[in-house]
Amino acid sequence: MSRHSGPPGQPDQPQPGERDAWTAVSARKNRRRRVVLADPRGRGRVLRTIIELEEQTSVGEKLIRDLIKQQLKAAFLLGGGTLLLLASLPVLFYLLPGLSAVELLGVRLPWLLLGLLPFPLLYGVGYAYRRLAESHEHDFVNSVDR
Amino acid sequence: MIGNLWSLGLVVVVAALTFLLGYVGSRRANTTPDFLVARRAIPATRNAAAISGEYLSAASFLGVAGLVLKDGIDALWYPIGFTAGYLAMMLFVAAPLRRSGAYTLPDFAEARLGSTNLRRFCTFFVICIGVLYLVPQLQSAGLTLNTITGLPAWLGAVAVTVIVAVNVLGGGMRAITLVQAFQYWGKLFAIAAPTFVLFTVFLAGPGNGAQGVDEGGVLRFHQDVEVTTAEQVRVRVAEPMELTVTGTVNGAPANGHAYWDVGTYTLGKHTELRFAKGSPVPVVEGSPTGNEQWLRPQTGGLGGLFETYSLIFATFLGTMGLPHVLVRFYTNPDGRAARRTALHVMYLLGLFYLFPTVLGVISRQYLPQLLVTGKTDAAVLLLPETMQPNLLGQVLGAVVAAGAFAAFLSTSSGLVVSVAGVVSTDILPGKVRDFRWATVLTGAVAIGLALLLPRGDASLTVAMSFALAASTFCPLLLLGIWWRGLTWVGAMAGMLVGGGLVLTALAVNVVSTLSGWVPPALSSQPALVTVPAAFLTMVMISKLTGRRRPDDVNQILLRLHAPDPLGFMRDRDVQRFGPAEDEKRAEVNRGL
Repeated sequence: MSRHSGPPGQPDQPQPGERDAWTAVSARKNRRRRVVLADPRGRGRVLRTIIELEEQTSVGEKLIRDLIKQQLKAAFLLGGGTLLLLASLPVLFYLLPGLSAVELLGVRLPWLLLGLLPFPLLYGVGYAYRRLAESHEHDFVNSVDR
Repeated sequence: MIGNLWSLGLVVVVAALTFLLGYVGSRRANTTPDFLVARRAIPATRNAAAISGEYLSAASFLGVAGLVLKDGIDALWYPIGFTAGYLAMMLFVAAPLRRSGAYTLPDFAEARLGSTNLRRFCTFFVICIGVLYLVPQLQSAGLTLNTITGLPAWLGAVAVTVIVAVNVLGGGMRAITLVQAFQYWGKLFAIAAPTFVLFTVFLAGPGNGAQGVDEGGVLRFHQDVEVTTAEQVRVRVAEPMELTVTGTVNGAPANGHAYWDVGTYTLGKHTELRFAKGSPVPVVEGSPTGNEQWLRPQTGGLGGLFETYSLIFATFLGTMGLPHVLVRFYTNPDGRAARRTALHVMYLLGLFYLFPTVLGVISRQYLPQLLVTGKTDAAVLLLPETMQPNLLGQVLGAVVAAGAFAAFLSTSSGLVVSVAGVVSTDILPGKVRDFRWATVLTGAVAIGLALLLPRGDASLTVAMSFALAASTFCPLLLLGIWWRGLTWVGAMAGMLVGGGLVLTALAVNVVSTLSGWVPPALSSQPALVTVPAAFLTMVMISKLTGRRRPDDVNQILLRLHAPDPLGFMRDRDVQRFGPAEDEKRAEVNRGL
């Protein structure tokens, strides 16, 4: 990626140590828009957005508020859904005792539901959230990096 | 006995490997950032293994199987909750908390709300949770050493404390990261290998010493068994039976032949019970007596339902407030890595928890005598030799014992490091020397409490520290990260209400254990009441004291939520102690 390491002093990434896999993506975008980045007005624009964020002007505040809302909404939907799904099991077992007599592959259904199912479910939800949260952050970086 | 030598040998090997890895890890650890955050350069996969290694405590390694043996399917909520806690943490806390750049929970509270009073208050609760979590680890270490070798219980607790303290003194966070990552894989092997072998033996069919269960589902002894109680215990008898008792029953001395009708009996300390072959197994009060109840979920009525939900609440929300888990997250390079670490941890934990469940189910067939005394934590340790009274069983037993020992070592190191970190940065000036003193102090306090307090089930005690974390730090973190309106007065009031309620419940529990009556469901699992109470107080008082909202709240929220490449993150320990040299950081990346 050394070819795409970008023009020196890229203002949107002040800490080189923090860069990682994303650099690949943004560097590709930078290459596509190298002319725009090289344009002094363009660079000023990026700096301005970061300063707006830092000083919390109405624009900057709106941007970060939207990001927080977006992330919280994703977390609530996924976390709440999982909690609801898992928390419905005890009531279900309590109200429908017949359910625990059902056997699947020689093991009673509740043992499968509680001993096996939750772990892949939790991992799946976590994976979905990671994808979602990172794409939100990516969009945010792009909106700043105009 | 030869079996004991095997076990003792492997335990010594684990201890030696821990020392060795700690030494390797600590060779280059000399600066404060080394000791506190391992220079924030641990890759996500190794960090996840270290977090899992630290998190899989005595409660997971011994306690889960023990509870499954005793309580049946309802105990499965423990592993589910222990894992689900990381989902909640990942969704709401991991990345923003890492970006806050604060090293400890008190540090975060001060950074977010700008109050030194609140900081001291948080320090108190961190120490409470840390010690509450540490005590069952040390007590279980005593139990393990006692079970496998017959050495006195206090020796195990002291041995673990000394090994941990020496390691932590030597290299702080950098040393224990490597040790803990190694211990996760060690523990996984130590529980998986015996499970595979024993499960195969179990499937190979009857005639291998499995217990008979009669048509009514009542468990029966398959041979003459002698049981001695260690502490006072209440047992329930489901079917009239005859036995020989020496000791105290229901407060009166008993010696010789006895006839027990259906009902509950209180057995005194050191009471000897001799059961004949084929007699039904009395079980500790509160556990199902028959297999049918044991197999079915939610047979405890509304009280049982309340306890299950309370447990789900405590574990789901409590994990994010555990100081030793959070400290590990600060060793991630940035918020995104913190999120990835949490995801990886869920996978590692889910993999691990399959095994104790299986062992718990099998042990019900082979170790019914544990149900009489209620000391079911020993099930995993005793099962291999009970099922295979030969060399294979001895070796497997030794592997399990070594794994259990690794569990105490890694969890205790994590707890000692986190509590010592808080003590040294908040109460002492925070240099390396203070960190070492804090370590010695923490170890001394924990060992004292472990020897003084009565022993409960490891999982239950640990669930209590989850409830405490869920009622104090969880609302502080959630509201602090996502809500602008939080004030330090509100945070303090909420923590006072939530933490105070849990500590009251804990006191009720200890008193009831000492006096012999069964504690009410509300006090043994209080989270369902205390967590909402803490949240409500925090929000209401914050609204009332809205003027005290910090001026720079927008800047702080920006720092917590802005994506890492924008570079708003500032590590507070770097501001305080100066940066670690970059050349050393490169060294860590290559070497450790």
